[in-house]
Amino acid sequence: MPIRRRGELGKVFTDGEVIIRQGDVGDRMYVVQTGNVEVVLESDGEERQLSALQAGDFFGEMALFDKVVRSASVRAVGEARVLTIDKRTLLKRISEDPLLAYNLLRSMSTRVRDLNDQISATGNRIS
Amino acid sequence: MQPSSVKGPGGITTSPSRARSDGNSVVGVHITRTAAGTPHGQPGLPDHAAGTAVPTEPLHVPETDRHRHRRRPWHQSKRPSLRTNRSIQRLVSRPADDSDAVLEDGSRIAVVGGGPAGSLFAYFLLRLAHTIDLDISVDVFEPRRFSHCGPAGCNHCGGIVSESLVQMLAAEGINLPPTVVQRGIYSYVLHMDAGVVEIESPVEEQRIAAIYRGNGPRTAVDMPWDSFDGYLQQVCEKEGARLVHQLVIGMERDGDRPVVITNDGATTYDLVAVASGVNSNFLSLLEPDAAQGRAEVSRTFITEFELGADRILETLGDSMHVFLLDIPRLEFAALIPKGDYVTMAMLGDEIDTDLIKQFLDSPEVQAAFPTDSMPAVCSCAPVINVKGPERPFGERVVLIGDAGTTRLYKDGIGAAYRTAKAAAETAIVHGVSAHDFDQHYFPTCRAIATDNMFGRLIFFFTIAVRKSRYARKAVLRMTAREQRRRTGLHMSGVLWNMFTGSAPYRDVFVNSLHPGFLYGLARSLVVGVRPSHPEG
Repeated sequence: MPIRRRGELGKVFTDGEVIIRQGDVGDRMYVVQTGNVEVVLESDGEERQLSALQAGDFFGEMALFDKVVRSASVRAVGEARVLTIDKRTLLKRISEDPLLAYNLLRSMSTRVRDLNDQISATGNRIS
Repeated sequence: MQPSSVKGPGGITTSPSRARSDGNSVVGVHITRTAAGTPHGQPGLPDHAAGTAVPTEPLHVPETDRHRHRRRPWHQSKRPSLRTNRSIQRLVSRPADDSDAVLEDGSRIAVVGGGPAGSLFAYFLLRLAHTIDLDISVDVFEPRRFSHCGPAGCNHCGGIVSESLVQMLAAEGINLPPTVVQRGIYSYVLHMDAGVVEIESPVEEQRIAAIYRGNGPRTAVDMPWDSFDGYLQQVCEKEGARLVHQLVIGMERDGDRPVVITNDGATTYDLVAVASGVNSNFLSLLEPDAAQGRAEVSRTFITEFELGADRILETLGDSMHVFLLDIPRLEFAALIPKGDYVTMAMLGDEIDTDLIKQFLDSPEVQAAFPTDSMPAVCSCAPVINVKGPERPFGERVVLIGDAGTTRLYKDGIGAAYRTAKAAAETAIVHGVSAHDFDQHYFPTCRAIATDNMFGRLIFFFTIAVRKSRYARKAVLRMTAREQRRRTGLHMSGVLWNMFTGSAPYRDVFVNSLHPGFLYGLARSLVVGVRPSHPEG
């Protein structure tokens, strides 16, 4: 039975609960409503936090554009409430209104910029 | 806050457009009609529906320099620069010899009505303008203050934000805060004389928002919540729109430009978006060439019951309760749990006290919601748009939301979002001429109108089901079986999408032709005629 609260939308995840799992096939994206979540990359048995997200942030949006499995896991840090957006509902709407994708592209663009900064910082440390 | 305007003779104010082409120094503004609507009303009637037509004297207004009132350029605001290229703006503008009806730096836009359609139009218009470095200003005229409880701050609506709209707003970056969401709806409960069945959210998630358009019923003083319409106003104000708390009493032309008239004077704009809904008399004040035809409407009845949060949880829970009862003249009725109140929405033919009493006294309602000791604290009988005008646009004028085209019976706020965004995109990307709206905005209206034809077909079948006890039992049996098994949710899906307004009516219709749906329905009908019928 999911946790339900009166004036809230989405689904509640408790501390440490996995929202999406690396390697799974995704068919929806998510928007954090309250609380915090972390994006974690598992490789060779080790975990590395890629980013921390808060209210208003998207995640899992790459599943809208490709059919590759989830590239990282996302789990709640403390209690977090997350709203899902169905791929089919969103793509239908984007076909009517292509500019709806603009907001997603802006979010992805920010993420690419952040990754570039991280790579640049890592490169500087190595050299 | 007043609109940026200059006092002229006769107490009329104006801020003529910089981009005007006629070059006249005197502009004749003829105010021929006025409306005497007030933001306060009486229970039982939409408070702003009253208005009278009174002739007044023609007035002459001198042209003035609009630039003295220009608002702060967007790039000087606190927003982060997107650094987009001016060439995009040139690309999306029409050729100069085609028409000058495009928005350019300094253009002024008026939005008549600050409900969801008006606020979302202002928000998307400004957001797109900022994206292409276009410096425009937007005035949103709304006399009511949604921070007031009762009719003074209400927009007369059942108050449901559909599952699809909650998702789309989130994708747009508009997340409804818990203070606005009175209750996250988890399931729909269908009540019929044949029995009761609960249809749970297919994603096991609270994705439907029960909200108050205003600040709640008249007794809801000092409640710790926010109005949905008020929240959207904040969203568009943050984007740079200016909220003007004045009643628009008329609209005229100044050359090819629309003039918005309030009690404080007349102001010329480059574009006017009419988002007045169908419950004000503003549409009757529009000049014939502003739009063709008028929306056809149907009356509803909405009332509020005060129960308190605990009692609501005991009786209705986090579910919307829908009643399909064989009561003459009653099409549809629903109970929507909010925070401390329950909203009852009824749709039917000439809803009167007898019909309301008959509904509330029916055994189905009494079983779910005994109303003996629960007084109605607020009620109204607003009209809803059931068919949009033939042409919801004109030269530099566009009708959005309920004033333009909306979905039949359901998800009116979702239609407000779609029409508001389509109109804003047309204005920024293509232009503001009637031709531009015809080419780029009207298809959205037509798509909604076409979908409504499927809606009419579906509601026709719903009436047939409502009138046949045999059909009602079959629907109930099939839904209950699916909900027990949680697989093959054919009837559940059709009912969910129909009641929640989450999917286009066309999809609902197509899903009802699915072999699984037809087999399940046939099975339930056959089981119903057997003397004894195992339902596993």
